[in-house]
Amino acid sequence: MEYPYAVEMLNITKRFPGIVANDNITLQLKKGEIHALLGENGAGKSTLMSVLFGLYSPEEGVIKKDGQVVEIKDPNDANALGIGMVHQHFKLVECFSVLDNIIMGVEPCKHGFLQKGEAREKVLALSEKYGLHVDPDALVEDITVGMQQRTEILKMLYRDNEILIFDEPTAVLTPQEIKELMQIMKNLAAEGKSILFISHKLNEIMEVADRCSVLRKGKYIGTVEIKNTTREELSRMMVGRDVEFVVHKEPAKPGKTILEVEGMTVASKSHDNNAVKGVSFQARAGEIVCIAGIDGNGQTELVYGLTGLEPLKEGKITLEGQDITHASIRRRSTMGMSHIPEDRHKHGLVLDYTLEDNMVLQRYFEPQFVNSAGFLKRKAIREYAAKLIGQYDVRSGQGPVTVARSMSGGNQQKAIIAREIDKNPELLIAVQPTRGLDVGAIEYIHRQIVAQRDAGKAVLLVSLELDEVMALSDRILVMYEGEIVGELDPKATTVEELGLYMAGAKREGK
Amino acid sequence: MKKEKTSLLRNGAVQSLLASLLCILIGLVVGYVALLVINPAGAGEAILTIIKNFMTYSKSTAQLKYLGSTLVKTAPLLMCSLSVLFAYKAGLFNIGAAGQYVAGVGASLYCALAWGMPWYVCLLAAIVAGALLGAVSGLLKAYCNVNEVISCIMLNWISLYLVNMLLSTVKEEASPYTLTLSSTNPGAIMPSLGLGALFSKNQYVTVAIPLAILVAVVVWVILEKTKLGYELRATGCNKFAAKYCGMKEKENLILTMAISGALASMGAALLYLTGFEQWQCTQSAVPAMGFNGIAAAFLGGLNPLGSILSSYFIQHITNGGAYVDKTMYSAQISDFISALIIYLCGFVLFFKVTLNGYLDRRDEKRKRAEQTAQEGGDAE
Repeated sequence: MEYPYAVEMLNITKRFPGIVANDNITLQLKKGEIHALLGENGAGKSTLMSVLFGLYSPEEGVIKKDGQVVEIKDPNDANALGIGMVHQHFKLVECFSVLDNIIMGVEPCKHGFLQKGEAREKVLALSEKYGLHVDPDALVEDITVGMQQRTEILKMLYRDNEILIFDEPTAVLTPQEIKELMQIMKNLAAEGKSILFISHKLNEIMEVADRCSVLRKGKYIGTVEIKNTTREELSRMMVGRDVEFVVHKEPAKPGKTILEVEGMTVASKSHDNNAVKGVSFQARAGEIVCIAGIDGNGQTELVYGLTGLEPLKEGKITLEGQDITHASIRRRSTMGMSHIPEDRHKHGLVLDYTLEDNMVLQRYFEPQFVNSAGFLKRKAIREYAAKLIGQYDVRSGQGPVTVARSMSGGNQQKAIIAREIDKNPELLIAVQPTRGLDVGAIEYIHRQIVAQRDAGKAVLLVSLELDEVMALSDRILVMYEGEIVGELDPKATTVEELGLYMAGAKREGK
Repeated sequence: MKKEKTSLLRNGAVQSLLASLLCILIGLVVGYVALLVINPAGAGEAILTIIKNFMTYSKSTAQLKYLGSTLVKTAPLLMCSLSVLFAYKAGLFNIGAAGQYVAGVGASLYCALAWGMPWYVCLLAAIVAGALLGAVSGLLKAYCNVNEVISCIMLNWISLYLVNMLLSTVKEEASPYTLTLSSTNPGAIMPSLGLGALFSKNQYVTVAIPLAILVAVVVWVILEKTKLGYELRATGCNKFAAKYCGMKEKENLILTMAISGALASMGAALLYLTGFEQWQCTQSAVPAMGFNGIAAAFLGGLNPLGSILSSYFIQHITNGGAYVDKTMYSAQISDFISALIIYLCGFVLFFKVTLNGYLDRRDEKRKRAEQTAQEGGDAE
């Protein structure tokens, strides 16, 4: 009888200073199955994959390929064993064609000259076989994200990889593209490829996977057959408790206009074109306005313009009737603008500061925290931090004096949210507030955002997650290539329609 | 919640101290090996001489006197290390401490010798000169995005030759050295306040030494206890977060460089206003003091109080090197050994990681042992 497992990671333990990232984890990937690896951020998924690729060597445990113990010292070893991976952030050369990217590193050569003809035939055959439609001669920078991903998949197939790892592959895709990807994965599995699908999106796992292994806090929780399980059970395994999926909220009661944006234009850092092109919108008290769109369509720059991190090229911003177009960041903040930033490590926290110092990052200059001689009131800061930690359930090793870097992503985010909400803002700008968080933390953060709305604040939510957009928003503005191409009512629209707007296939008035 | 007992070895300050001591030890051993290679006959004696420094004198009065001399030169080194450290905490690398130090020499000596000012005015002049020079680098970085390392290195040379030109007007006719303070303007010499008497009447031991230590404490207080320090350290750790929360990054950057420059140039005044040395107006290299400040700052674990110890240590072995038998070894031997020690400072982090890894494993073992003991107890 044929050996059933393509690759096995048995009793893997990997320690880092201070933590056990993988504690006796076993993962067995059957031949021809789609095996999901589920776990919240910091559960040890990435570490486990790095062990498989030879980037880390585990302290304990063995890796077997087809039943034979193998030693993987670096990614080349993994490649030689037929293990390939599509990273969350693609590793493509932008100014190369699709074909060049696929053959890169394993170029067919004769006497030092490239033999692209052969390669092209092989690529076309593969793309035909698995339904991976690409244009081999298009430059990567000109093609859609979906096609870039297909290019990455073809890269693995071109190298005759048998074990394919997909790391959070749907994060950057539109609903239509996600559907397509699911079909591709099923085709690949049907052709005998073994697929490891890393995700925290339960719906996708339920749809496509055969089995699912769950990690929690570096520990192996178990492996279940998807057909014998439910979404609820999976989330319980991942988080360790029951989770509510539905966001409960009353209909919005919008009040006066808090934020008014007219003709905002923001330059782009990466190209000559403007990233935000003459955008106008309003946000009123007591409503959640959601900016939806695929990553990189100007949402980031829109928020930078609003918060003052980038200057406007043109346009006007009014906050509660006052013109803040040229106001400093500090002035906007003290006037009642709170900002939960997209990148919590880059902007949101000083990672080497303690939790208490991070808690007062927006208020340390207020008289309650600093005396007239410029000395910080340490006691007041600690008390304030302790209050927020209790109120918002921010968990950490040593309470207020924990170094922020050592906290989990979810708790770091909770700390930022506590800080920004406790400022009692009139306008809360939340950018991807639940990115990379587990369902438990997401549930909590969603409730906080709805509570802010119900307290009469204006909330501007920028999100790439369609489920989040549909669940939270009272009004959806879709951004595509720097413009707002549609305003939708979440109650009257569908995910599919939203997807069409996001992909630029549909726009209002045209 | 039960408070967990943490090992003393987990304390950051203790770890830094241990790591620095280890660097020193390994540095001395490697230095000893190098001395053995150069000339095996005198190696043991030479390394002992370097470590002993003033202790080579048998009389306690002479010992005290030369301890005093080491301290006199420790003060400027400490100031330079504080200068480097202060900028470093705000995310800037002030390699211009050397040039700011030179500016301090120029300003203080010119005020003393050309204008006959009292010492406190000369000291202030030095501080202002260094602050201005530092601010130039800060301005260039804030408004023209010029890397501070580049502008500092160039300003080092600019200030060296400007100071040479300036001080040539107050030099002795027959030599390239500036006039002595004691003959020209005794009022510019810093008061001793009886400190000299403590060190066997070493006239160069003045208030400069306690003043430098006081500044170290003040720097520590500013960095750790004040709003300014909070902002500067935040900028140093994560300038994006500093911008995000509305700190004025440009102003802070210029202010940091100005303060950093003032510290280095004040150090120069603390040495030259004792009359211990005269400036050589034909000097064609930036004095090493500013660069040694970088070493002292890192050896001191980037802590102002650690800097006091590390500055003293570096000065101690530098002075000790002067007593090494010059027929066997070249005069630079002490520089060589301190360079080794500083080079080994790169291992401080390695040492900390190794130590923490060891502690983690130990704690885990202990926990496991406790668990099995408990389980055993439950089974009964």
